[in-house]
Amino acid sequence: MLFLSAAVWLLVASVFGLIASIKFHAPGFLADSACLTYGRVRPASANAMLYGFCLQAGLGVALWMLARLGRTMLAAPWLVIVGALCWNLGVAAGLLGILTGGSTGFENLEMPAYAASLVFLGYLMMVVWGVLTFHQRRERQLYVSQWFLFAALFWFPWTYSTANLLLLGFQVRGMAQAVIAWWYSDNLLVVWFGLIGLAAVFYFVPKLTSRDLHSRYLALLTFWMLILFGSWGGIPASAPVPAWMPASSVVATGLGVVTVISVFLNMRRTLGGKCLPFMSDPSLKFIGFGLVAFVIGGFASGIMAWPALGQLTLFTWFIPARDLLNSYGFFAMVMFGAVYYIAPQLVGRQFLSPKLVRAHFWIAAAGVLLFVVPLAVGGILQGLRLRHADIAFTDIAKGTLPFLRVSTMGDLLMALGHVLFLANLAGLVLQFYRARAVSAWKEATAEIQPAEATP
Amino acid sequence: MNYGPLVFLAAFFALASSWCGFVLTPQLQIGRLQQTNTASGAAVTYPVSRPGLARQGLEVYRANGCAYCHSQQVGQSGTAVEIALTDAGTNQAATVAALLSLAKATNDEPAVWTALPALEMARSNSPATNLLSGLPKAFLRGSNPATAKAAVKALDSTSAKAELRIVPFGADLARGWGKRRTVAEDFLFDSPVMPGSQRIGPDLADVGTRLPDVQWQLLHLYAPQLVVKGSAMPPYRFLFEKRAVERGQSPEALVLPGKFAPPSGYEVVPKPAAKALAAYLVSLHPDAPLFDAPMTVASAAAATPTNSPAASEPAATNAAPATAPAK
Repeated sequence: MLFLSAAVWLLVASVFGLIASIKFHAPGFLADSACLTYGRVRPASANAMLYGFCLQAGLGVALWMLARLGRTMLAAPWLVIVGALCWNLGVAAGLLGILTGGSTGFENLEMPAYAASLVFLGYLMMVVWGVLTFHQRRERQLYVSQWFLFAALFWFPWTYSTANLLLLGFQVRGMAQAVIAWWYSDNLLVVWFGLIGLAAVFYFVPKLTSRDLHSRYLALLTFWMLILFGSWGGIPASAPVPAWMPASSVVATGLGVVTVISVFLNMRRTLGGKCLPFMSDPSLKFIGFGLVAFVIGGFASGIMAWPALGQLTLFTWFIPARDLLNSYGFFAMVMFGAVYYIAPQLVGRQFLSPKLVRAHFWIAAAGVLLFVVPLAVGGILQGLRLRHADIAFTDIAKGTLPFLRVSTMGDLLMALGHVLFLANLAGLVLQFYRARAVSAWKEATAEIQPAEATP
Repeated sequence: MNYGPLVFLAAFFALASSWCGFVLTPQLQIGRLQQTNTASGAAVTYPVSRPGLARQGLEVYRANGCAYCHSQQVGQSGTAVEIALTDAGTNQAATVAALLSLAKATNDEPAVWTALPALEMARSNSPATNLLSGLPKAFLRGSNPATAKAAVKALDSTSAKAELRIVPFGADLARGWGKRRTVAEDFLFDSPVMPGSQRIGPDLADVGTRLPDVQWQLLHLYAPQLVVKGSAMPPYRFLFEKRAVERGQSPEALVLPGKFAPPSGYEVVPKPAAKALAAYLVSLHPDAPLFDAPMTVASAAAATPTNSPAASEPAATNAAPATAPAK
């Protein structure tokens, strides 16, 4: 099993991305300054989370898994490093752009064109070599995770470039803009996160429990359902567009339940019906939580796709709660688990304090619950009240405040979790460099000593 | 699936299908919309491009992320037909008799007809002249156009003039957030299009009709709680300038009472961005009846251009004045 320092660098880079994500992960900041108004801080926080952490960690884990599963080295590591730098530069420029009022106005795609092109370039640099790594694999038999990873690598550049070109470059007119923005969001949040997240689940769960994946064919079903129907969701029922668009989204999202069930069955059988192994390993804890969040979130979206229920939650806090359950409860948690497994292997050391890793898990889990549950409940109440025209709107808005206050606690806990995550990784990296410095020192002195000895 | 190219093809096929569905087809179907004649039959084209200041206001709306709290998508649950009398005619006794027989029909077929308050009142206490005062007035609401046409015919035969109105309804409309549902045409000349996804604040699709006063909008941006009690909106004071009064007060200065007032010798004036944003908000009044969102605009206003919000107030916005402070 060979590893490259390139991947170390990549993960270090994702740590930098994380720093950004932590800094911005405090929405609801209300101030008299233009930069810190809610409408700018919120997209900045969302973008830092998505592009700074989720996508970057996802890419790091994807490249690592590709190298590992292909039993090969990462091709052209220096390009990956340059790509990662480019990506981080792009994200930083994008966040500055959003804070200074340069947001594009499309949700989840707020970064202005100059930043988006940097991000895209960075992605291409990393991924072209990911694909080459895949090509020169020495293990010809493809594992399930590799389908997911390979599809994901190619998915993002297509959707991202389409969305950016048609929305910022050669602008389409009118409502078509909004449809494309929804399409992009859905492809990122459902398909890309689903592909990478499930690839990690299908790899780490069997690996860490030392069992075989129950069924390759069930996983194949998952794969096809995800890429075929996942990519047709995302148009809200309220959208002022021809009715076939929200209708097909409803059908596709409803069919998404099949994806969830197939993952659930596969994992259940893989584990032989026992949940116990999940508690034994810190990485598995994270991944197990992510899996549960995926199943619950998938069912919630599937059920809420039903038009009568979907109408209820439109424009309410239920939607952010559901999105966070998917992007954080599922994807980010799985990524935390994966990074906690990969990072020590890369640097060949253990975490300074396993206790801190465990603490991160419990804090993050509590944070997600405290965020999602109140907002989901509050959102449904809000939706019920919005349907009655005789309840004044200000009263409805006030009614959501208690739920929002609880969810802020969730936000705080998640931010605390990020600090712990950063501390854990930083500890690891410090150890690594100290060891490297010590060995370099030894080498240097070893060279000097014989040199001194000769005359 | 043991070959890389096969996986690639699978992903390519899936993504291409969704690309055709949600990128290509929407562009063909709604990206190429043109201005249309409105359904009222008058030679009015819709939509009309917003005035220059309002277009700048759209940029302010975008830069400050207003769309994260305000949606611009009004929904409706359906449309109903209403029968209204515009003229009582000469044979009022026959008209009243016809109306009362229609009122009887509401009892017999409550699923088809509902009596509106005007008719309900007449049924309970019977001074029939009251029934015909204050025309034009809507009497009946139903869902079946065919029976409605028959009823209009019955009323017309008594020498009265009746008309059939198409009235959209739904919770959003009852709140006074619009006159009809939002459709793709409403956004045709806006870029970027920001329909919003949350209602942390009220829907703004039709705010220009509800609150057409630029001065009100400016006050609200400066101090939301001043004009809307209990509002959760943050103030946007960075769009305003507090400056010392020189050579008399500026005509643009905000009139701020009590604790919001600037210290004496100072005044608060809107920066260009605030004026643009207010102009944009006031320009939001999608009120043209369209073929895909029909409604009847009150007959007197049918011929006026769709861009004059005050004139074309249709009969259906019964709740509009009551909910005005909810912006």
